[in-house]
Amino acid sequence: MSLKRKDLLSLAPLSVDEIKLMLDTADSFKEVTGREIKKVPTLRGKTVVNLFFEPSTRTRTSFELAAKRLSADVINFSPSSSSVVKGETLLDTARNIEAMQADVIVLRHSSAGAADTLARGVKSSVINAGDGWHEHPTQALLDLYTIRERGLGFEGLRVAIVGDVSHSRVARSNIYALTKLGAEVRLVGPPTMMPWGIEKLGVTVYSNMDEGLRGVNVIMMLRLQLERQGRALFPTIREYARLYGLTAERVKLADSGAIVMHPGPINRGVEIAPDVADSLSSVILDQVANGVAVRMGILYLISGAG
Amino acid sequence: MCRLCSYWVRPANLLASVGREGFFMSTVRLALRTILSMKQSVKKQRVNEKLVMDTGDIARALTRIAHEILEHNKGVTNLALVGIRTGGVHLAHRLVKRIQNIEGVSVPIGELDITLYRDDLALRKNQPVLRKTSVLFDLTDKIVVLIDDVLFTGRTIRAAMDSLIDLGRPGEIQLAVLVDRGHRQLPIKATYIGKNLPTSREEKVQVLLEENGEEDRVVIAKP
Repeated sequence: MSLKRKDLLSLAPLSVDEIKLMLDTADSFKEVTGREIKKVPTLRGKTVVNLFFEPSTRTRTSFELAAKRLSADVINFSPSSSSVVKGETLLDTARNIEAMQADVIVLRHSSAGAADTLARGVKSSVINAGDGWHEHPTQALLDLYTIRERGLGFEGLRVAIVGDVSHSRVARSNIYALTKLGAEVRLVGPPTMMPWGIEKLGVTVYSNMDEGLRGVNVIMMLRLQLERQGRALFPTIREYARLYGLTAERVKLADSGAIVMHPGPINRGVEIAPDVADSLSSVILDQVANGVAVRMGILYLISGAG
Repeated sequence: MCRLCSYWVRPANLLASVGREGFFMSTVRLALRTILSMKQSVKKQRVNEKLVMDTGDIARALTRIAHEILEHNKGVTNLALVGIRTGGVHLAHRLVKRIQNIEGVSVPIGELDITLYRDDLALRKNQPVLRKTSVLFDLTDKIVVLIDDVLFTGRTIRAAMDSLIDLGRPGEIQLAVLVDRGHRQLPIKATYIGKNLPTSREEKVQVLLEENGEEDRVVIAKP
């Protein structure tokens, strides 16, 4: 099968087959990234524009590397150095980029739905690289890829997503994809950080971390997004770390072969203890490495569709 | 397997667990065999299909190619076979087996997916499904024999050569194909050919192999 979509905006509407196709395609690119010459001529002559309205190092670099390894031309566009400060709207900026014949626009924006608006306004393919609190589909796909790479099957897999779920687009994309693939998803965090009615997505909510971690195969930690939290959602960082920080003792509550994931950047000593982040069960750096392969796969599939 | 077979196999297994080698078992086996032979005879009578190589022809052509490869390269020193997905990979495995039988040495084998190197990606509506390339040995100074089932325009071979060169620097690249059907669009010539097959451009040459659950044969399908 092949992907029929022009854009990748969200994992919520994707079918299981589409998700599996993306993971399988990433597998082929993982081999390419392991070569001495890590470049293939597939997207020669295509242009990928990274349009990032929020600071990002990992995701932008990952997309840039992915596009370059496919031989596409890449332009990085950041609002501080552009006409956006002069009052241009998102759609106008994008139309200008499109007029320069960009084939793919990778968008990161602080407003939920920004990628969707853009996709309806331009002919270029749009990849959502994070829109507000909504979704971050490529991050979830690389999480899934990393889980699968570790030999864990999705059917019946127990995954605990721990931390500030309400502000986390990574969590939302993972919930959609994991529940679709048949995994059991537990959300662990203080009630102030749990979106109202999130159980409707087929997940179980735990406010006690030790209970939530018991017997899980995957521990997915979320970053404490202090910059997004307008008001105080917990008394002190120290208290948060004590109640919801991942320590070596807490990892022992999970299944013996459990893996620890984190979308980065990690706050050592806050949501994750340094020795856990550096332990053998941590796959945090595998996630980063797989990110390039997964994004190469998505660029490949997207640029052929539509 | 076909829907018919899997439907019959399951009750057969059930009966086997009840009483081994009973009357039922032999009846079920007989029924299974009849269905299988019926299925094969249906396969042979497919319309609009002209048989150009049968199982024996393919086996003999591959044996000859194996000998030619060894003769041409004076043995197996530095030799490696790389099959182009998917038909070429099966043929490469068969050739490796034959070379092993002749020389008693197992030569390294690789698998190539040329999708990322195709020159028609921009023209296609949908991206073809990607599979994995796996060349787990060092290509430097190797004599690499590329293996494909059908040689047609030569564009696949161009892509395969580019892909190989990205993986390393082989000392020499040779090409073995089961069928050469002509109509080249690039200056490419096979080193070893199973059968030269004059065709018209509209005809479709299909190499069907056991590995894909078919009876070994090469057919021309009329448009």
